[in-house]
Amino acid sequence: MKDLLDRKLVFVTGKGGVGKSTVAAGLALLAAERGKRTLVCEVDAKGNLSAFFETGPTKFQPGEVERNLYAMSMDTEESLKEYLSINLRLPVMARIGPLARIFEFVATAAPGVKEILTVGKLTYEVREENYDLVVVDASPTGHIVGQLAAPEAINELVKVGLVRSQTGWMLDILSDPERTGLVIVATPEEMPVSETIDLSHRVEQETSVKLAAIVVNRVLPELFGRGEEEVFDRLAEPDAVAALSGAVGGSVAPIVEAARLAVTLRRTRAGHLERLRHEIDRSIPLLYVPYLFTRSHGLRTTRQVAEALAAELGY
Amino acid sequence: MPARPASIEQLLASKEVVISCGSGGVGKTTTAASLAAMAAVRHGGKVLVLTVDPAKRLANALGLEGFGNTEKQVPSEAFAAAGVKPRGQLFAAMLDTKESWDALVARHAPDRRTAQAILDNKLYDNISSRFVQSHEYIAMERLYELHCEGEYDLIVVDTPPTRNALDFLEAPQRMAEFFSSRFLRLLTAPYRSRIVSFASKPFYTVADRILGTEFLEDVAEFFGLFQTMAPGFVERADAVTRLLHDKRTTFLVVSTLEAAPLHEAEFFIDVLQDKKFHLGAVVLNKVLPSYLLDEGAAAAAAVMEKQAGELAAKLGPDIGDAALVRRVLVEIAESFLRFQVVAQREAEQRSELAVAPDVVATVPYFEVDIFDLAGLLRLGERIWS
Repeated sequence: MKDLLDRKLVFVTGKGGVGKSTVAAGLALLAAERGKRTLVCEVDAKGNLSAFFETGPTKFQPGEVERNLYAMSMDTEESLKEYLSINLRLPVMARIGPLARIFEFVATAAPGVKEILTVGKLTYEVREENYDLVVVDASPTGHIVGQLAAPEAINELVKVGLVRSQTGWMLDILSDPERTGLVIVATPEEMPVSETIDLSHRVEQETSVKLAAIVVNRVLPELFGRGEEEVFDRLAEPDAVAALSGAVGGSVAPIVEAARLAVTLRRTRAGHLERLRHEIDRSIPLLYVPYLFTRSHGLRTTRQVAEALAAELGY
Repeated sequence: MPARPASIEQLLASKEVVISCGSGGVGKTTTAASLAAMAAVRHGGKVLVLTVDPAKRLANALGLEGFGNTEKQVPSEAFAAAGVKPRGQLFAAMLDTKESWDALVARHAPDRRTAQAILDNKLYDNISSRFVQSHEYIAMERLYELHCEGEYDLIVVDTPPTRNALDFLEAPQRMAEFFSSRFLRLLTAPYRSRIVSFASKPFYTVADRILGTEFLEDVAEFFGLFQTMAPGFVERADAVTRLLHDKRTTFLVVSTLEAAPLHEAEFFIDVLQDKKFHLGAVVLNKVLPSYLLDEGAAAAAAVMEKQAGELAAKLGPDIGDAALVRRVLVEIAESFLRFQVVAQREAEQRSELAVAPDVVATVPYFEVDIFDLAGLLRLGERIWS
């Protein structure tokens, strides 16, 4: 299997709240640290991406956020302007503005147009070899199929014209598993796991992009080793808790409660992980990122995620 | 002026429509379902939960094999199994975007031939699923329809996972604007008159080259047909907007105490207040238990970590092998301190929630998944009063 970061274009998706952007940022940072000229692009312009690098807001024009690492946010209107100025070589840039606005309108109404402007821009960066790797903080699970299948949708609706002729090279890039891959981020909880399984089937059936890896985020550590759980069960008996509290000089009940919570959480989550492993094709690697018990999110956590991913990828 | 509700229990007793919103993965759907179940049990009457989330688990939890666009009653066996006798009835429905769009077209098209022509157009399928936030619009439109029918005393609706949590608030207005847009007229003009005006000429020259004439004609034809529904749509969209602003409608903002969802929740609260929607309550989900913040316990954990060996010896062999006990003591002390860091972060986030609505409900982290009505009611109980 081709190394994840040796691809040219990696889409990162996941259910809301699972840490999709954190993982995208971590992957991009890791690639940049390994010497790859990397572009990370936030597709849904929520402006969250910059927080992971502790920089100012990202724009359509990529800005360098770390050595080798460039960040941008997708803006379909800007993407269209760029497209028009490259493809039509309009003499007066001023004319592009009003034109772009009309197109923007068509794009909200006509299916696939907005998505093609996104996918088109990303594949264009790959085709032009502007970067060694493009990491996309893509749409969440509910919208990603529409995004990845945009060239096919356009092909079905548009029979002639410039766009049609350009979907060819986009599809070449997207359907090549050596160059393009999808990463689904999940947490070991019920809904994210179910959505990941469903999405892996839909991607297979409805798009030309291949699933490259699943990142399981926020994995809780196993609290106890061999034989320790029995010891804990005895320790958690009321008499033992009282004895221990006396010896410590303060109530240890909350500590015992917290340990019980950690064990239960880990156990319910293990069940979901097992289901994920069972339902996903064996050839797809599962990369585990531990739950980070940190005070805040920022560049430091992004680095921790990058380190965890590096270990999982065998670097 | 009547007293403001002090709990979700009171809030739900005084409203007819409750809209649950927040960013993805915070437990919107489960919150909506558990509150609807609580209302049916405690307040009585006919309560409907309208969800957009096709989670099989929720259907199972409600004792239904599945549910679709038409409302289904939650069987009394499900309540019996949960050990409660509800005062009212609970119904559930799931939003089916395609079916709802078809119904809308049938209602608003001037005649059956036009309706059929729209349904048969090859762009329609794509458009009914993607166009102008159609999902968001349909959710609000369906809510309006159900409210008008007057079947239910209370409707709790869960909002679609949107790119922007506000899309559904603006969807009806945008739908109305869409129909009166200059661009729509421009786009459908050649279909109607085949005369390209001076203003739209550059657009067509460029568009022809990029998208091809055929596609543009398809688009024009479709929107030409679509435009025949404008009067009905605009009127309806206005009515939907009015319902959202109605004093019988309230919004629940659901969030966890993680930075990103909370940030979005704050933004959402601002906009609701700014645009004069009724913000009923904030529900904070999956909050770590408060005993993790116990300062005495933090001190105890530090002692346990440091003196684990001596403590193990004091506890004696009944608990287990001294070396093993020592390790367990260190592990649980460390684990407590790790979780405390997160709990403290959450507490800070909680206090930073600047805008304080009247009701804030905090729901603890449930270690086990909710898989039946009893589970939903257990959760609802925590939010209720």
